[in-house]
Amino acid sequence: MSVSKPLPHDAAALHVTGQARYVDDIPTPRGTLHLAFGLSQIARGRITAMDLAQVRSSPGVVAVLTANDLPFDNDVSPSLHDEPLLAKGEVFYVGQPVFLVVARSHRAARVAARRAEIRYAEEEALLTVDAALAANSRFEDGPRIYHKGDAEAAIAGSAHVIEDSFEIGGQEHFYLEGQAALAMPQEDGGMLVNSSTQHPTEIQHKVAEAIGLPMHAVRVEIRRMGGGFGGKESQGNALAVACAIAARQTGKCCKMRYDRDDDMTITGKRHAFRISYRAGFEAGGRITGVSFTHLVDCGWAQDLSLPVADRAMLHSDNAYAIPAIRIESHRLKTNLQSATAYRGFGGPQGMVGIERVMDHAAHVLQIDPVELRLRNYYDAPSDAPAEGGAAPRSATVPRGISEKMKDNSTPYGMEVTDFELHEITAQLLESSDYARRRRDISEWNADNDRLKRGIAFSPVKFGISFTLTHLNQAGALVHVYQDGSIHLNHGGTEMGQGLFQKVAQVAASRFGVDLNRVKITATDTAKVPNTSATAASSGSDLNGMAVKAACDTIRDRMAAHLGEVYQQPASAVVFQGDRVRIAETEITFETAAMMCYTGRISLSATGFYKTPALDWDRIKGKGRPFFYFAYGAAVTEVIVDRLTGENRILRTDILHDAGASLNPALDIGQVEGAYVQGAGWLTTEELKWDGSGRLRTHAPSTYKIPACSDRPDVFNVALYDGQNREDTIYRSKAVGEPPFMLGISAWLALSHAVGAFGAGYPHLNAPATAEEIWRRAERIQDGV
Amino acid sequence: MTITFHLNGEEVSLPDTEPTTTLLDWLREDRGLTGTKEGCNEGDCGACTVMVTDPDGARALNACILFLPQLQGKSVRTVEGAAGPDGTLHPVQQALIDHHGSQCGFCTPGFVMSMVTAHTNGATDHDTQLAGNLCRCTGYAPIIRAAEAAEATPAPQWITADRKFTFSEIPRGEVADRGAAPPSAPDTQTDTQTTTDTDKATHPSLALRPRSGDDLATAFVARPEATLIAGATDVGLWVTKTLRNLEDVIFLDGCTDLKEITVTDTEVRLGAMADMNRVRQALAPLHASFAEMIRRFASQQVRAAATIGGNIANGSPIGDTPPALIALGAQLHLRRGDSRRSLPLEAFFLDYGKQDRGAGEFVEAVSFPRQPDSLRVYKLSKRFDQDISAVLGAFNVTVTEGSVTAARIAFGGMAGIPKRAAHVETALVGQRWSEATVAAAQAEFHKDFSPMSDMRASAEYRLATAKNLLGRYFTDLNGAPQHVLEISQ
Repeated sequence: MSVSKPLPHDAAALHVTGQARYVDDIPTPRGTLHLAFGLSQIARGRITAMDLAQVRSSPGVVAVLTANDLPFDNDVSPSLHDEPLLAKGEVFYVGQPVFLVVARSHRAARVAARRAEIRYAEEEALLTVDAALAANSRFEDGPRIYHKGDAEAAIAGSAHVIEDSFEIGGQEHFYLEGQAALAMPQEDGGMLVNSSTQHPTEIQHKVAEAIGLPMHAVRVEIRRMGGGFGGKESQGNALAVACAIAARQTGKCCKMRYDRDDDMTITGKRHAFRISYRAGFEAGGRITGVSFTHLVDCGWAQDLSLPVADRAMLHSDNAYAIPAIRIESHRLKTNLQSATAYRGFGGPQGMVGIERVMDHAAHVLQIDPVELRLRNYYDAPSDAPAEGGAAPRSATVPRGISEKMKDNSTPYGMEVTDFELHEITAQLLESSDYARRRRDISEWNADNDRLKRGIAFSPVKFGISFTLTHLNQAGALVHVYQDGSIHLNHGGTEMGQGLFQKVAQVAASRFGVDLNRVKITATDTAKVPNTSATAASSGSDLNGMAVKAACDTIRDRMAAHLGEVYQQPASAVVFQGDRVRIAETEITFETAAMMCYTGRISLSATGFYKTPALDWDRIKGKGRPFFYFAYGAAVTEVIVDRLTGENRILRTDILHDAGASLNPALDIGQVEGAYVQGAGWLTTEELKWDGSGRLRTHAPSTYKIPACSDRPDVFNVALYDGQNREDTIYRSKAVGEPPFMLGISAWLALSHAVGAFGAGYPHLNAPATAEEIWRRAERIQDGV
Repeated sequence: MTITFHLNGEEVSLPDTEPTTTLLDWLREDRGLTGTKEGCNEGDCGACTVMVTDPDGARALNACILFLPQLQGKSVRTVEGAAGPDGTLHPVQQALIDHHGSQCGFCTPGFVMSMVTAHTNGATDHDTQLAGNLCRCTGYAPIIRAAEAAEATPAPQWITADRKFTFSEIPRGEVADRGAAPPSAPDTQTDTQTTTDTDKATHPSLALRPRSGDDLATAFVARPEATLIAGATDVGLWVTKTLRNLEDVIFLDGCTDLKEITVTDTEVRLGAMADMNRVRQALAPLHASFAEMIRRFASQQVRAAATIGGNIANGSPIGDTPPALIALGAQLHLRRGDSRRSLPLEAFFLDYGKQDRGAGEFVEAVSFPRQPDSLRVYKLSKRFDQDISAVLGAFNVTVTEGSVTAARIAFGGMAGIPKRAAHVETALVGQRWSEATVAAAQAEFHKDFSPMSDMRASAEYRLATAKNLLGRYFTDLNGAPQHVLEISQ
């Protein structure tokens, strides 16, 4: 069976030879036109005059469009209808598209777009969460509040109370392939759109609205993206819509791709948070209650900010059973890029909040941070773990039988019934030799004045499912041709995560055939309709199940027919080893397909899946938003220099739970990559705006994602040997987002190292750049 | 301007080339070779990496900031030419598949070509070889595994064949005077050709490709407004990012005499056109700390194109080599027509954006005296590799019998120009080389520098760390590991 095999990415051979085709690589008809946006140069104000004469006369320009020239709906928002494609007299951030240039070349369009003379009546821009809060500039009427028990009362009666407030910066996706779209007008006014998007159906929907036609007139296709990470869930709408409108107007094929600087200036990023906390602990380290306030910088438009901020709240417990909790979330509207989906979708920020509380408490209570965490873990399920044996307890912290069972319900009232972290933690602490290394580090630090090492452990519990419940559905379309080859299509998109290969492995397994019989095809809204974004780590869970359903439908029809032919029950027909066995007879899969074809059996089927058991009320903050949780844990060791704040990761050990992995090689790849991306978010990746709201870090020269040498020197990554307790596709677990949060261990290790410069708590912000580390080391040394 | 080069083993001759057409645009838009990707269009991500071979060997270069005339007489290999003519994968391609080195695949062609180049050159310092290639998916670990796995396999014949082509096989005749003469028979004729394109507004009116310093001197005096293009790692961005239309341009890479590096008993002289990878090699045995800083200077691809002369002449306050050279007591050698002059390097930098360079005058070389190595160069940046310095400190203190007899200390990122720390130096000279002296000197920094805050660092950080680096220098001379890069787990 091809499921669970560590096969390479399906397109690996195309990648390494340069044959893998991305949107900008698609050969275009002669006369294809190229688009560029003219951008707002101020953060907030009204446009009082717009002189585009120089733009229109720029060489190669074919047309220049403003909001007044748009024939139908001027909107590219995925949610609130608050994001005009082109500004309607008012601008809300530096970089907002104001007009659209259609020209004969990419360069001609870019050159022309800079020639506008726009006058504005400037208004005061809200560039910080403080300014937005003061102006009551927000989405939704007031803060959203989730709570369990009476947090304030619980905290007030505690032996120890800690409180602090800290910043968590945003993050640029930096997909290597920038946003791109291509629209080809069709004979009946319809549109064929190639878009680098995680959400083809949304592109179809927005394009249809923009050209005033039903969705059936628009077909969206995407074979692959050069990276997405959430940045192509809604941010591609503008380019696709612009192309469709220009194509409709000119009758020509139109293409738009953002130059990197434009991409970073225009598109949304991960939400920056300020998290304030107040938490109570018993002397023994058990948390009594915690109160969080999230100030969420959503930028100028709503986009996906509400579910992002919700998910941050839903991960404010992470792995810990917290008796009383209150989370207050303010979704603030500022005059910056509209923050959007980014791997983890708010979960990482929420999780950083509680991990910071644990780190701070361990420091104050003088308890080993791992021990403190273990004491607060949710209880393991009482039943035996999937692979047998008693429900594991931590190896390092024996627990007396007198200890009370914890209330294992989350702050939102969902019972945690699949908690794997006790066993994962025990295994990881042993394989990483955590206890010995922590002692060695203390000794080393005592002998070194300027350089200090730090080590930290952090766990991840991440909820799997879209919190907007209706999105948890998927469709598939499978054909078996008369020669025995198989055409596979589903609603998921490929952005590098290996979804297509995993799903193809499912299909091959259902038919018992070799993987090379299965042809993976581009995502296409004409084949599978009404799809959800490939997001929330749900790709293989949802599409794997939908494909399984489609395959099984065809396989059952084949079995029934072949059984009839050979006068055997359908149950005697077995698909295995690239052949079909009917009782004593064995035939090739090709023969089986041909027999079914000539027997007039339908060899094409759709498949559909919806996640069961979900029940979620986001206003009340109660219910079961997630089908299950994915788990993982990491230990990271770092070194820092007090003189300069320079720092790096020396070693990382990870044990991650992918359930029964559909493809361990691809899953390990997700874990390694996510860790480095997560560590980058919390260390070198710093977004800086100037006082006028202009993003100063709008290119790789100024925005620093991890480079090759930034990965850990020693990097041990393993998958936890387990199975999903819920009935998912082959008992696997989602793996796209959860390991991103393993990067939190790097930030905590830096905190540990900085803490070695003095007696106080470092109060580290994120990202912990060299400068931030230098500053905190200075303060802690001065006893502040 | 007619350009002739080899592309994936086949000769290409382009008679009407716009001189500031980048190789990347030409490959993708004119040639239909879309394997080479545009990730940033400024030489910072490496997705467009190609391998260029010339008599000096194979080098990885960023095609997005490489103008076609820079390829004259060379061999270019793109990802489409990494595999053999019969489709046999290059060892690094196979290793990338076997070790799961690609996910989204968009950075992969650039990684392949950096790895092919390193493999061809037998280089196994993979972190350094690949510092100019960004990957957002894999976390790099599987890519490095692949690079290591391919080390032992010999370079395929179709790759080594590129060396044979260069220069000797370029057809002579009409295109021969375009810079294709073999180095043994230098052709001093200056190649001049007015472009025939009618759209003067968007194209250079004139592109020259002189063949020697003498030719350049003559040409530049005649056209002092021309833009000199050495490695194009800066000028490239004027075209791709600022969208400037350059008027007259002079390509310098034909001036082989300006590439010379000479090391005598008394002096080190670096020709202005020496690229940073060669400068690094030359400096390694003399001033290891300087060479190590250059290892972190931009990336392999940028160092392979960027020149020492360009790094000085462009006058950036954050150019990394000027402070180090100033600390070594470097002299800058300028030429205008037939007249030459030399001046201390620090005197060249007058003010932000202003250098002591007359119209038609160009940097010919920079030199510094041979000396015992007490130079240490510290580069502070958000990321270790391929990042522009927030602060670059270069320290060169001479201690004789326990006392400071000379001190040359210079910084980048601390002022509008690369600048000496005059007050700090004064506080050191004549004093005992002690912690107390260092502390006294640290108190002088604010007299020398009032740095600014920007996206790279705050003024406060810059000033404080500059002081701290003097402290690091003091203990560094004792030889204990002082840098996080020197510690392993």
